[in-house]
Amino acid sequence: MYGSNILNDGMRHVSDLNFGDPFRKHEMHCRFKLKPPWPWVAITTSSGILVIALLMGQIFHATMNRIAKVEDDYHEMMELKKRAEAADVAKSRFLATVSHEIRTPMNGVLGMLHMLMDTDLDETQEDYIRTAQESGKALVSLINEVLDQAKIESGRLELEAVCFDLRAILDDVLSLFSGKSQEKGVELAVYVSDKVPAKLVGDPGRFRQIITNLMGNSIKFTEKGHVYVTVHLVEEAVNLMDVEMESPSNSTLSGLPVADRRQSCAGFKAFSQEEYAPMFSSSSTNQVNLIVSVEDTGQGIPLEAQSRVFTPFMQVGPSITRTHGGTGIGLSISRFLVQLMKGEIGFASLPQIGSTFTFTAVFTHGCCNVNDQKSQKINNQLNSISLEFREMRALLVDPRLVRAKVSVYHIKRLGIHVEVVRDLNKGFFSVNTENSIPNIVFIEREVWDKDLALSTLFLNKLRSLDCIVTPKLFLLSSTISSTRAISTGSSVSTPSVILKPLRASLLTASLQRSMGIGNRGNHRNGELRILSLRNLLRGRKILVVDDNLVNLKVAAGALKKYGADVVLAERGKEAISLLTPPHHFDACFMDIQMPEMDGFEATKRIRDMESSFNNRIHIGELSVEAYRNISTWHVPILAMTADVIQATSEECLKCGMDGYVSKPFEAEQLYREVSRFSHTALNEIP
Amino acid sequence: MVQAIKRIMELNQLQRSFLEYTAALFREGFLDSQFSQLYQLQDESNPEFVVEVVSLFFEDSERLINDLSRALDQTIVDFRKIDAHVHQLKGSSSSIGAQRVKNSCVSFRNFCEAQNIEECSKCLQQVKQEYLLIKNKLEALFQLEKQIVAAGGAINMVEWML
Repeated sequence: MYGSNILNDGMRHVSDLNFGDPFRKHEMHCRFKLKPPWPWVAITTSSGILVIALLMGQIFHATMNRIAKVEDDYHEMMELKKRAEAADVAKSRFLATVSHEIRTPMNGVLGMLHMLMDTDLDETQEDYIRTAQESGKALVSLINEVLDQAKIESGRLELEAVCFDLRAILDDVLSLFSGKSQEKGVELAVYVSDKVPAKLVGDPGRFRQIITNLMGNSIKFTEKGHVYVTVHLVEEAVNLMDVEMESPSNSTLSGLPVADRRQSCAGFKAFSQEEYAPMFSSSSTNQVNLIVSVEDTGQGIPLEAQSRVFTPFMQVGPSITRTHGGTGIGLSISRFLVQLMKGEIGFASLPQIGSTFTFTAVFTHGCCNVNDQKSQKINNQLNSISLEFREMRALLVDPRLVRAKVSVYHIKRLGIHVEVVRDLNKGFFSVNTENSIPNIVFIEREVWDKDLALSTLFLNKLRSLDCIVTPKLFLLSSTISSTRAISTGSSVSTPSVILKPLRASLLTASLQRSMGIGNRGNHRNGELRILSLRNLLRGRKILVVDDNLVNLKVAAGALKKYGADVVLAERGKEAISLLTPPHHFDACFMDIQMPEMDGFEATKRIRDMESSFNNRIHIGELSVEAYRNISTWHVPILAMTADVIQATSEECLKCGMDGYVSKPFEAEQLYREVSRFSHTALNEIP
Repeated sequence: MVQAIKRIMELNQLQRSFLEYTAALFREGFLDSQFSQLYQLQDESNPEFVVEVVSLFFEDSERLINDLSRALDQTIVDFRKIDAHVHQLKGSSSSIGAQRVKNSCVSFRNFCEAQNIEECSKCLQQVKQEYLLIKNKLEALFQLEKQIVAAGGAINMVEWML
C-alpha cells in the first residue's frame, strides 16, 4: 500500500470491507509485495526422491535383466552339458565297440594258438607258439591300455589281489621281447634277488603291464648294448646302489655306460625315511617293498622333454610316432598304476648314453591256497621241470660280473649248482679237480670266439675227462647273427648255442633236448605217467567191481600192468562182503550201473558198515588188534563211469565215494585220482 | 638158403598185410585207440590177453543181441530192460575199442528213451550188422597174426600204433 515494490503478477485479492458507513464503500486489495523464493527444500526433496526412484528402477531393471541372462546362460550350459555327456558316452561306447571289434578276432587267434599248444609238439615248436601267444596277448593289452586310460580318467581303475610268482611273470615278459632283442643285437637280461619271496599277493596283470611298458620303451629306443631289469627289496637296494657307485663305468651288463640308478630314485620317499627302518621292515608287517629298475643303453631322453615324460599322449617329438609307433600313454598309465601300488616312479636319463627307470611297489607275502588254479599250473610246470636237473653241477665261464650274475640266477632256478670262472684258463683248473667235474658247462659266446684254439683245447679236455657222462657244453649268445658267422668259418664243431635272454623254460628245453631227456614232450609225459602209476600201484590190492565181464577183464589188465594185485567181483553184494573189515584192500574201483545193486547203493552200504565198525572199535566193543590195528576204516572207492556228467560227480561224493574215473581207463586221469588218496592209503598199510 | 630167403619174404609180406589191414580198420572207424591200448596190456605174463578179451566180447555180445531180439519180440516191450542190455553192450564195445558198435549202441539208447519200437528194431539190426562186421574183421586179423607167429615173426603193435 505504501511501498513501490509492487509485484505485478496479476494476483490480487479483493475483499469487501464494511465499516457500517452507508455512503462510503470500502475494499481491501491484497497484493504480493515480494517475489516468492524458490521452495528449495521441496525441490531438493522431490528431486531426491525422483532420483532415488529412478535409481531403484534402474537396479530393479538391471536385476531382472541379470536374472534373465543368468537363466539363459544356465539353460545354455545345461544344453552344452548334455551334449558333452552324450559325447563322453559316445566316446566310451566307441572305445568299447572298437576295442571289442579288435579283441574278438584277436581272441580267435589266441584261441587257435592255445589249441595248437595241445597238439603234439617238440620243445622248439612249443617255445615258438608260446611266443606267438605272448605277442597276441600283448596286442590285446595294447587295446586294454587305451581302455585303461579312459578308466583312469573316470576314476574307475582298481587293483586286484591274487597270489602270483614274480619270476614267472618276468619270464613271460622276457619271452615277449626276446625275439626283438635278439634281432637288434641288444642283450636282454633279468635278475631277481634271492631275497624276493617266491609268492606275492598283488595284481600280477598290472605289475606285468608296468614292466612290459618300461621294457618295451627301453627296447624300442636301444640299438646296442643292453636292457637290464633288476628286482630287489628296498631294504637291500640302498646298499647295492652304493656299491655300484664305486665300481667303474664299464662294469655294466654289456660294458657300456649307463644312467645312474641312484639318480633315478632320488627323491623317493621310501629312501628318505630310512631312519624309520623298523617301521618298514617287512618282518614286522606282512609287507614286501620291492624296487624294480629297468636300465638301458639307448638314445636317452632329451633334456627338454624330460619334464613331460609322464604326461599322457606326449611323445618326445612327432617323428617318434612315425619311427617307433605307440600311443604315448604307457608311461602315464604306469605312473598311475605305481601310485595305486603305493609306490613311486622316477628316471634318470643321459642323452646318447641311456635311461634308467626305477619304481617301487608294495606287495604282501603270498601263501597259495589250493583253489588257485593258474598258479598251481605254473607251480606244477616249474616243479616238474626243475626236478630233473636238481643237484646237477655246472660251470660258467664269463668275465663280466653283472652278466654272470644274471646267468647264475637263471641256472640256479633249475636247482643246478653253479661255479663261475672268468676265463677258459681258470676253467681248465676247475675242471681238473676230480670231485667237482661239472655235468654242464656254459661259456659266453665272446669268450669262445676270442681264442678258438684255446676253445678247441677246452672242448677236447672235456671229452677226455674220466667220467661216466661227458659234460655237455653250451654257448650263451645274445644274438642270432654271430651264430651264423662262426659256423661257416671254423673247422671246430660248434657246440649247442642257447640264445639269451635266459629264462627257465628256454633253458630247460635246451638242456632237455641236448641231454636226450625226452624226445617228444607228450610221449615223455606219457611214459612218466606210466612210471608214476607203477610207483603208486605196485603191490597194492585192488578190488574191481563190474557186471560186464569184458570191462572187468580190461580194467583188471590195465591195473595189473601197473603192478597191482587185482581181485574181481561181478556184483555189489560180493563187493560188500569182500570189503567187510578186516580186509586187505587198498582201493576199490566200482562200476555205477549194475543190475540188482548199483554202485551208489553198494558204496553207501559199505560206508555205513565201516562207520558202524569204527564206532564199535572206538567204544571198545571190538578190539583194535583184531582189525589190524586200524580204528578208522575207510577204503578209497572210485567210481567207474562211462558217462561223466556233472550230476554223477555230486552223487558220487554224496554216497561216500572218493572220486571217479572214466571207463575205459585213461592214464592221466587215473594217475590224478589215484594219487589223491594214495597218501592216505599209505598210512593204512601196516 | 633160398628157402630161408623165401620164408623171410613171406613173413615180410604177412607183416605188411597185417599192418595194412589194421590201418584200414582204424581209418574206417571200426576200431579206435582203446584197441591199441589193449595191446599194451599184453606181455609175457599175459601173452594171449587181446585174444581172450575179444573172445569174451564176442560171447557177451551174442548173448546180449539174442536177449535184445527176444525183448523186442514181446507183446509188451520192457524198454528199461532193453536199455540196460544196450548199456552193457555199449560198455563192453567201448572197452575193446569197437567204435562203430559203440556208436550204434548210442543211437539205439536214444530211441529207447523215445520208446519207439520200430526205430529200436532198426537199430537192433544195425547193431547186429556192425557186430558181425567187426567179428569177421577181428577174426581175420587174428588169423593173420597166427600165421605171422607160426612163420617165426612177432607183432610189435605198440610201436607201430603209437
